[in-house]
Amino acid sequence: MSSPARDQQPTHTPAGLIAFAWALVGVPLAYGLFQTVKTAASLFTG
Amino acid sequence: MAVPSFLARERIVARPGFNRWLIPPAALAVHLCIGQAYATSVYKTALVEHFDASLTAIGIIFSIAIVMLGVSAALFGTWVDRNGPRAAMFTSACFWVTGFLVGGLGIETQQLWLLYFGYGVLGGIGLGIGYISPVSTLIKWFPDRPGLATGMAIMGFGGGALIASPLSRQLMGFYDPSYDSADPTSVPTGGAVSALFFTLAAVYLVYMMFGAFIVRVPADDWRPAGFDPASVKQKALVTTESVSAGNAIRTPQFWLLWIVLFCNVTAGIGILEQASPMIQDFFRQDGSSLVAGAAATGFVGLLSLFNMGGRFAWSTTSDFIGRKPIYMVYLGGGLVLYVLLATVGSSATWVFVILAAIIISFYGGGFATIPAYLRDLFGTFQVGAIHGRLLTAWSAAGIAGPLIINSVLDTQGTPGELVAANYRPALFIMVGLLAVGFIANLLVRPVASKWHEPKATTPATARADHERSATR
Repeated sequence: MSSPARDQQPTHTPAGLIAFAWALVGVPLAYGLFQTVKTAASLFTG
Repeated sequence: MAVPSFLARERIVARPGFNRWLIPPAALAVHLCIGQAYATSVYKTALVEHFDASLTAIGIIFSIAIVMLGVSAALFGTWVDRNGPRAAMFTSACFWVTGFLVGGLGIETQQLWLLYFGYGVLGGIGLGIGYISPVSTLIKWFPDRPGLATGMAIMGFGGGALIASPLSRQLMGFYDPSYDSADPTSVPTGGAVSALFFTLAAVYLVYMMFGAFIVRVPADDWRPAGFDPASVKQKALVTTESVSAGNAIRTPQFWLLWIVLFCNVTAGIGILEQASPMIQDFFRQDGSSLVAGAAATGFVGLLSLFNMGGRFAWSTTSDFIGRKPIYMVYLGGGLVLYVLLATVGSSATWVFVILAAIIISFYGGGFATIPAYLRDLFGTFQVGAIHGRLLTAWSAAGIAGPLIINSVLDTQGTPGELVAANYRPALFIMVGLLAVGFIANLLVRPVASKWHEPKATTPATARADHERSATR
């Protein structure tokens, strides 16, 4: 059973952790997007 | 069924001050991995040659996985809601990764049934549990922007295929030096595919466990700064009440949305399933197509981009214009676009490409917006379990969509010789389906109060009641 937020000690989420987490998913996604755009470009050039 | 304490929901309740922007990458870490399911075509030909099997026998692997996705999401949805996202993501990772390992073993030992069981059944269970859990968690963290939240997660599922396709080609090229990933006629060996499976298993294990261990659930009384829950009540169809999954499936609203999702997905699959040959057939003159094979591959890539972009963009838009109106756009707009595709689609390549790309963006948007629609109608209480039950519509559409397009085309001529006119009957069937979905969406009304949970049974007390009864 979870206790209400007001009964708990406050926490702080490090900005570095958020940046790391976003980079971990963002970098492969950017790779996939880049590769797909490259493939899609052949529609106009191929 | 109890879970180990380190996975328990109680262990991951966020303390005050926790930054909710850590949750989208946790959700994406899972969805980017399970989205690989849409990249199976990259090794399809290799498996056909390796097992000396038909294309249908290999295609069944994907079908089993999608059917298991719907079945497991429906069966385990309540378990997912009760035990929280860490337990669900952990379990999903175990099934998904084991699916790859068993599937890889099947390829290595030439046992096709092991591939069916591994990737299809075990992997499919991982897909179902992994699909719903991040979505329902994000909805709870973003009560002020549920469309954005579900769009972010489900965009990840589309993004997973965008990553897995080129990555798989490069890895198979690494494991089989004779395979040229840039040459569409080059086929890798079965050994390269099994090595790919083992590699993906290792990578996905790390990513999904990362997601499982950073994910948190908000405390029951948590609200985003400046958010007043009463403000959502002012919107038509949006409830602040709770409806259980058991009751939700007894409401007409659930089945209307089931029809909406089924029609939208079936229509989209009609294009996705045939994308590459379709664009070539639409522009065939005197037996040869004006669209080269490389350009057709580019068209498939373009559709993937619109599929993924539509998930995020349309779902986010639904936060502003409302869920019912956005489905009128998906279904009504899609219907008009399908008619145009059937009638003037073959007039110019750019017309065909634009029409198909917008249709596919509606297909992706329909997937991403449905959990937010469910949340509006049934509340957040058991939205994961309700979403899980609704995903059976996806499984059904996964069978119906290809069946419609393939069976119609079979009656029209021989593959490689078809022209635009041969597609018209199938396209008009899709128009009819979209019309049915449009009417179903029009009929959606707020859920009757008799289905609401009693006021005393808040989500917190409901969980506690359930936990008490489970320990008896």
